[in-house]
Amino acid sequence: MSNVPAELRYTKDHEWLRREDDGSVTVGITDHAQEQLGDLVFVELPEVGASCDAGAECCVVESVKAASDVYCPIAGEVSAVNESLADSPEAINTDAYGEGWLFRLAPTDAAAIDALLDAEAYQALLEAEDH
Amino acid sequence: MQTPLHPQHVALGGKLVPFAGWKMPLHYGSQIEEHHAVRTHWGLFDVSHMTVVDVEGDAAEAYLRRLLANDVARLEAGKALYSCMLAEDGGVLDDLIVYLRAPGRYRVVVNAATRDKDLAWMEAQAEGFAVSVTERIDLAMIAVQGPEAAARLPEHLPDALGAPLAALKPFHAHEDGNLFVGRTGYTGEDGFELLLPGTDAGALWDALVGAGARPCGLGARDTLRLEAGMNLYGTDMDESVSPLESGLGWTVAWEPAERAFIGRAALEAQRQDPARRRFAGLVLRERGVLRNGTEVELADGRRGAVTSGSFSPTLGLSIALARLPAGKESSAMALLRGKPLPVEVVKPPFVRQGKACIPT
Repeated sequence: MSNVPAELRYTKDHEWLRREDDGSVTVGITDHAQEQLGDLVFVELPEVGASCDAGAECCVVESVKAASDVYCPIAGEVSAVNESLADSPEAINTDAYGEGWLFRLAPTDAAAIDALLDAEAYQALLEAEDH
Repeated sequence: MQTPLHPQHVALGGKLVPFAGWKMPLHYGSQIEEHHAVRTHWGLFDVSHMTVVDVEGDAAEAYLRRLLANDVARLEAGKALYSCMLAEDGGVLDDLIVYLRAPGRYRVVVNAATRDKDLAWMEAQAEGFAVSVTERIDLAMIAVQGPEAAARLPEHLPDALGAPLAALKPFHAHEDGNLFVGRTGYTGEDGFELLLPGTDAGALWDALVGAGARPCGLGARDTLRLEAGMNLYGTDMDESVSPLESGLGWTVAWEPAERAFIGRAALEAQRQDPARRRFAGLVLRERGVLRNGTEVELADGRRGAVTSGSFSPTLGLSIALARLPAGKESSAMALLRGKPLPVEVVKPPFVRQGKACIPT
């Protein structure tokens, strides 16, 4: 059973989002997603300063098995990216919610976060996928 | 179907996937770590899904000399060779290893996915030959691969095998009772492939894991063999292509010219064809992974395709085997997710004895 931290928000495309104290949000892919993909080998991160619409493809993660698009959960401007993934993409596999973070956003509208799935809803989605 | 080692795979947390009708471990946590373990230490593979066929009789040699594109007459007792088995039109039915155990007694190991086809073909071709073709479903197979395999394996086998294993040359096999050990493998490292009764396999596997051998799944098996430049039937070649367009011309024994093996005539014709396609290795130095079917374009616009592609953990970049139009180009463009990226065209292997064969 994959790990679904209670304090995060989720999308149906298996991204997670964490609200930071300074109002920014951190985005990554879930434990379920990394488990499906297998060992990650390359990550194509967005440019710092780029604007992303909600649902836009902003990042690509590639494993030995397949390449997968990552979609921006809410609209915003990219304020930081996880540079260490260039040398250690496997951090996404070993620590999807911590060291495996992909990028940080300054949200255009923080209220958009409330429309995302909470942990319980995401867990239910995973269980439904299983059957 | 499950191999005799299924309980071990479950206990070790293997991610089980369907493969040619079998439930096999894709990995036990990280296929990349398993790959590195084989290149630097030693790893174990359950390869019991492979098909083992004993071919015996007074006409066994004559039968195999007709059936196979390589020539078993080259073998002496205890020696093995790698060969393709061809259809009349020269297309590859399968690739295999054949061991000569004793005069008139051969052991053939063919792929799992081609089992039914191969057995039917081998039985049909045995018509008129004093030979028996018997599948050995009672046997399990464990591959022990890596630079430490030769030092670490013997202490877990009967003492009598110690000296013979130390002296066992590559592509040779030794038997003792129920244990058959070949110094062969599908990784490009030193190692052994052991055939033993299925009922004995679990105990040996557990002992080797206990001694530190890394359990490795199909994921690592594929990246290891690709780095070693070894073909995979079904992706790098199939019935629609001959060995000559699959980098396997070296496995065809043309001499003696009188040996009429199945597919010979078709190959003789193709040998003369200047448009015969080229089989080569590709190296991508940009971020991305070459995949089966990726289109490859030469400078003059002619196109070919990746037959098998993946990520090379040892080199840290993507490599592939590809079938290209005839020529000697050393570079090309690969179309990855709609984007053309430059690739180097090289002669495999990419890694030998743990070291890169290409500039890194």
